[in-house]
Amino acid sequence: MEDMIFYDRLQFAFTITFHYIFPQLTMGLSLIIVFFKAYYLKSDKEIYNDAAKFFMKIFAINFTMGVITGIPMEFQFGTNWAKFSELTGGIIGQTLAMEGTFSFFLESSFLALFIFGEKIMGQKLHLLTGFLVFLGSWASGYFILATNAWMQHPVGYEVLENGKFVLTHFSELFTNPWLLPAFLHNQMASLVTSAFVVASIGAFYLLIKKHQEHGKLFVKTGVLFGVVASLLVAVPTGDLNAKNVAKYQPAAFAAMEGIFETEEAGAEIVLIGQPNMVEKKLDNKIAVPNILSFLTYQDWNKQIVGMDHFDESELPDNIPALYYSYHIMVGLGTIFIGIMFLATLFLYLKKLYTFKPLLWTLLFLVPFPFIANITGWYVAELGRQPYLVYGLLRTSEGISPTVSSGNTLFTLLGFVALYMLLGLLFLLLVGKTIYQGPKPQKH
Amino acid sequence: MEIFWYIIIAVITTVFFILDGYDFGTGIIHLFFAKKDKDKEVISKAAGLFWDSNEVWLVAAGGLLFMAFPTFYASVFSGFYLPLIIVLWLIIFRALGLELRSQINHPIWKTIWDKAFGVSSLLLALFFGIALGNIARGVNLGGVENGVSAYEAHYFFLPLWDSSFSPSTTHPGVIDWFTIVIGIIAIVTLAIHGANWILVKTNASINEHLKTVIFRFNIALAVLTVFSLSIWHLVEPHPLANYLKYPVFLIFPMVYFVGLIGMFFIKKLKKEIYGFILSSLIITGGVTSTLATMFPVLLPSTNDLNPPLTIYNTATSEYGMSVAVPWMILGIILIITYFIIQKKLNKGKIDDREYGH
Repeated sequence: MEDMIFYDRLQFAFTITFHYIFPQLTMGLSLIIVFFKAYYLKSDKEIYNDAAKFFMKIFAINFTMGVITGIPMEFQFGTNWAKFSELTGGIIGQTLAMEGTFSFFLESSFLALFIFGEKIMGQKLHLLTGFLVFLGSWASGYFILATNAWMQHPVGYEVLENGKFVLTHFSELFTNPWLLPAFLHNQMASLVTSAFVVASIGAFYLLIKKHQEHGKLFVKTGVLFGVVASLLVAVPTGDLNAKNVAKYQPAAFAAMEGIFETEEAGAEIVLIGQPNMVEKKLDNKIAVPNILSFLTYQDWNKQIVGMDHFDESELPDNIPALYYSYHIMVGLGTIFIGIMFLATLFLYLKKLYTFKPLLWTLLFLVPFPFIANITGWYVAELGRQPYLVYGLLRTSEGISPTVSSGNTLFTLLGFVALYMLLGLLFLLLVGKTIYQGPKPQKH
Repeated sequence: MEIFWYIIIAVITTVFFILDGYDFGTGIIHLFFAKKDKDKEVISKAAGLFWDSNEVWLVAAGGLLFMAFPTFYASVFSGFYLPLIIVLWLIIFRALGLELRSQINHPIWKTIWDKAFGVSSLLLALFFGIALGNIARGVNLGGVENGVSAYEAHYFFLPLWDSSFSPSTTHPGVIDWFTIVIGIIAIVTLAIHGANWILVKTNASINEHLKTVIFRFNIALAVLTVFSLSIWHLVEPHPLANYLKYPVFLIFPMVYFVGLIGMFFIKKLKKEIYGFILSSLIITGGVTSTLATMFPVLLPSTNDLNPPLTIYNTATSEYGMSVAVPWMILGIILIITYFIIQKKLNKGKIDDREYGH
């Protein structure tokens, strides 16, 4: 039983982690593409149109990868989490079906129109199709976040005698207090990823001295989007999310902040430290007193409950993973703000395009926003443990009753092998697009 | 309300089989009949440009099934665990084949990924046929052994095969000789369908020959159809009961036979698209007739202990189903828009025009 849960979780974690490489880029990128296209209509400068079309190509590759890796996600609810699906399908089935129906059709149809239809449609309609692609990809994120928000903080439901959750208030799925901060935080974080991608492609062109005009535009746009988005990720969206966790999942909050013992008065904020699960304390800790209480409640001396306050069975089952994920996310987020501010400063001083150390930094930082986004999701998902539906349905009660751990291990290994190939394909395709550049030679 | 959602999902699933069906079929034809480089190129493009937007329908069907019939979704997806995951792998592998082939311009590289595309298309057609066969035949719901259920009445787990390979045992596997027959029917049908798609979309040099291929495959399909009808009573003791009860259902087998008989005139058809429409009718008729025979059952039980899964005992609450109707209407409008856009964009033959790829 224990290893059944373990392999089911591992497979889901692996496939969703790989999947989420792609949507985080499409969501942010679609907004930047709309910006390029709209600015082209305003300024009539061809370079902005090149940029919009170039990034839509990268978008399209990501979208395809998102579809291929997304189908297994949907299937796995049924294959590996059958009991969960049976009990909650009447509720989260709504939001997932809306995602499948609206977002996919919106995105894939208007993506095709954007790529193939510019000449037929004229510029204004072309902008509109770009906007609809953006709408589709953000709607997709919204429906997924609505699904997740219900699992984090269930609303609008009723539990029947047979244990099934049924929907009683459809609209509450979308007014869930968990949803809006989580959605905005997620979208801003995906914008950070995309801003880094745009900036790093620009930096790459400047460093290899090719497509330099485009390179400058990409760096500038990426940095400006990046500085705004990386701030918004932290304040207000990240802050609001943390407050929600403190309010609705105090056990998860204590674990992610690394608070083992409840202090009498204000709680300190841990910057660095290693959870020691045997002695139930943080080793090698560096912390600042009272800050956490202030950040969470705007009160320096407000008490924050620690993990000692909760029964073992209510605490997340992997505290170190949760703690590290959270600190990696926050740490990286802070670094992004710093780098983006520095880059903005150099941009203002008109030195950014020639200052190689910073261009190299932008180029090499590109994997890190992906890591920050993914660890952010780890925080949400590990923090919700040991529940699938917080406080109501335990993870151990959700797995498929008839699928053995050997089967799941077998399929997990299959996914690992196939996804390695997919990763290769992705790098080849994106690499080729970047190498060809924003103005491919006519042949 | 159950019937409304059943129809919606059945329609979307059928559209998925028609659309992704043609690119599976294209893969099968590619595997066996495309010999020249130019043909290989064009034929793989005839699938490569469209497969991802076709698979959007699978996502929609899955999502709606999850929403409206969660118990069925949970039971079937976990019960058919291995075949479903294998289908997922094949879908991914096929996508790899289609997308990787043009990345490196070397004959060996192209051959490898062409075969990947062809073989996985063939296997997918086989597996989807087998899946339909399994749904028609039913499974050992509750995992009954010696008169006792091993699981809750609506759960099961199917091995890939049972040593008897017989559809009439109480605990059949995924693959038995009945489901294999249905699988072969699916391969032949989709090969015909894919060949018609190639006729519509390309000027490949094998196109004239493909008409003969379609004709021959259609003879095979007719023989297989008669054979499968003659053995259908093995999996469904009263195959005609529903047609007597609801005579309107007779339209589904009629659609099938119109497609099947019309296909024999493939060489006389004025436009290629007519052939494609006929093979779409075969698919539509085949899927819907199978469903109509079973209605309102979704998955029969091969034991006497546990009742079959029906649209009534697997549906979500009445409120959940009705609250989803308004947004589904919006969804349908969107899907129709999508359909029109796709059609406008993809007019004409692939080798006649410049695509962005």
